[in-house]
Amino acid sequence: MKIVVCVKEIPDPDIAASVFQVDEAARAVVPVPGLRSVASPFDEQAIEVALRLRDQLGSAAISLVTLGDETAKAIVKNGLALGADDAYLLVDEAFDGGDATTTARALAAAIRKIGGVDLVLTGRQAADDDAGIVGCGIAEILGVPAVTFAMDVAVDGGALVVERSLGDGSETVEAPLPALVTVSHEVGKVRPASLRETMKAARQPLTVGTAADLELTAGDVGAAGARRTLERLAVPKNDVRCEFLAGESPEALAATLIERLSAARIL
Amino acid sequence: MSNPVRALVVAETSDGQPIPLVWEMLGLARRWADETGGAVHACVLGDGLDAAAVALAARGADRVHRIASPSLSPYQADAWLPDVCAVARAVGPAAVMIGHTPQGADLAPRIAFRLDAGIATACNRASWTAGRLEVTRPCYGGKAEETVSFRTATAVVTVKAKCFAPAPAQAARHGDVVAVPTVLDAASVRTRVRGSRRDASAGANLESANIVVAGGGGMKGPDGFGMLERLAVALGGAVGASRVACDLGWCPPGRQVGLSGKTVAPELYLAVGISGAGQHMAGCVNSKTIVAINTDAAAPIFRYARYGVVADCHALVPALIEVLESKAR
Ligand SMILES: Cc1cc2nc3c(=O)[nH]c(=O)nc-3n(C[C@H](O)[C@H](O)[C@H](O)COP(=O)(O)OP(=O)(O)OC[C@H]3O[C@@H](n4cnc5c(N)ncnc54)[C@H](O)[C@@H]3O)c2cc1C
Repeated sequence: MKIVVCVKEIPDPDIAASVFQVDEAARAVVPVPGLRSVASPFDEQAIEVALRLRDQLGSAAISLVTLGDETAKAIVKNGLALGADDAYLLVDEAFDGGDATTTARALAAAIRKIGGVDLVLTGRQAADDDAGIVGCGIAEILGVPAVTFAMDVAVDGGALVVERSLGDGSETVEAPLPALVTVSHEVGKVRPASLRETMKAARQPLTVGTAADLELTAGDVGAAGARRTLERLAVPKNDVRCEFLAGESPEALAATLIERLSAARIL
Repeated sequence: MSNPVRALVVAETSDGQPIPLVWEMLGLARRWADETGGAVHACVLGDGLDAAAVALAARGADRVHRIASPSLSPYQADAWLPDVCAVARAVGPAAVMIGHTPQGADLAPRIAFRLDAGIATACNRASWTAGRLEVTRPCYGGKAEETVSFRTATAVVTVKAKCFAPAPAQAARHGDVVAVPTVLDAASVRTRVRGSRRDASAGANLESANIVVAGGGGMKGPDGFGMLERLAVALGGAVGASRVACDLGWCPPGRQVGLSGKTVAPELYLAVGISGAGQHMAGCVNSKTIVAINTDAAAPIFRYARYGVVADCHALVPALIEVLESKAR
């Protein structure tokens, strides 16, 4: 079984709102001191799903693919330390100014180039754009079925069996391979990397690819291929002023709160 | 806004009726159509659904494309794609509008790629500027919002719940309901639904409740949620939760509010032991009044709250229940 996991480097989604800043003119997040780059958490869980499948099947080749900057190397190395076999880093100025459409095109082209891939895993959405477009886009381009919001993935007699989250429950979906699955947070905890694997991963070479390597033309990727334009990026305004209630005891505070809510006709 | 705006609303149904978010999309599409002399199209897919089609017309659709076939129910992206794309190609809308629900988020990207259309998901505002659609959507876990426009004649947008005023029902309003035969070739459905589980206790009433009492990491365990349940009963509300509480198994995942959970906008959102991370607030910022109870006066939740109580919820919540119950006696 050959598995590709798509991984994206993003600014730490857990950064406090009080520190987070955007540069409105540049339409970009400001790299404030202390803002770390991390792998999108759903993508880490996608790697975990690949590792669980390998555990289940006894063997599986796991490749990581990322489109991003040179700095994404660190994220990919971490994935290798977790047990992935090899990694592809797509870096090219030609990718700049792209959108979900062009990202899906580049990743799909890389997956085609790798060849013989049975299963593509992505996160349900990247935790920076929060959009959830690229996964299904790759599947459409490759012409394979996609199953989204996976909470559990298994292989049963050559077919994929996915438990997918529906908000108020779940459903079990079967799909033939090759297929694409987007992974949701319900898959749970990811395993830690071992020190030995981390040392090994540090020495492992990465394959670096450009748009030309993928036989993509300038019109396919980057700003030229994008289907949408980012007009503005801003921090939402919040004009709520909090009135802190005072009271000597929980009972007094509770009475004051109920009184306030009744007076404001909320209760 | 100048050119007549034609929009196509893809209606998700539950128990034979469109879900409330469909009315919100129809409200928005109707407003565009009225302001520009455009038109509102809706499509509904599944088995039967006559009543749903009539309801869509009564809420503002000029034309309802009803595609009835047992192979379209239950929903599967593979099954719905050919028909939704066929209707979209026939209508040629400026916007294909799909609810941002687990179903809509599963369907929309594929529609966009098949139509080669630009797409934006989880939009909470939309406007026409110089004849161009601009949508705004939260990103970076709700810490930022982006406004995007599209370079394609048709855009696919998924619309977040509780962000737009719903279209009112006008019983006397009749749109055209047309029965469109399905174009689905059953062989093109590659996936198969083996079975599904509906988590009845999971918070089906959460999205429609007027009052939501939500608990987070500060609840310390399932017992804390037992206490919140009692408070919710005393207030006549529903219980919600942060992801931390759901991930730890303190309450069912169907109660999760936020970016990767449900969107609520009740009259009162009482956040108990919730820090107020952007990803959580993404699911409740549109609440009319937020009240926060937290031991940490510096918790970000107080930036969203109208009233704040800095207290240990394990002492305050029982006191609140006592006040409410004694009032009721
Ligand atoms: C991509 C992504 C998607 C996410 N989606 C969601 C989502 O949909 N929904 C969601 O909720 N989160 C989501 N998260 C997680 C989110 O970032 C936060 O981690 C989470 O919301 C924190 O939950 P919490 O505030 O309950 O827990 P904590 O961060 O543990 O905070 C607990 C709070 O309780 C207070 N407290 C502790 N003890 C008491 C006490 N005795 N009395 C009163 N207060 C007390 C503390 O001061 C603290 O403020 C997502 C994260 C990512 C990266």
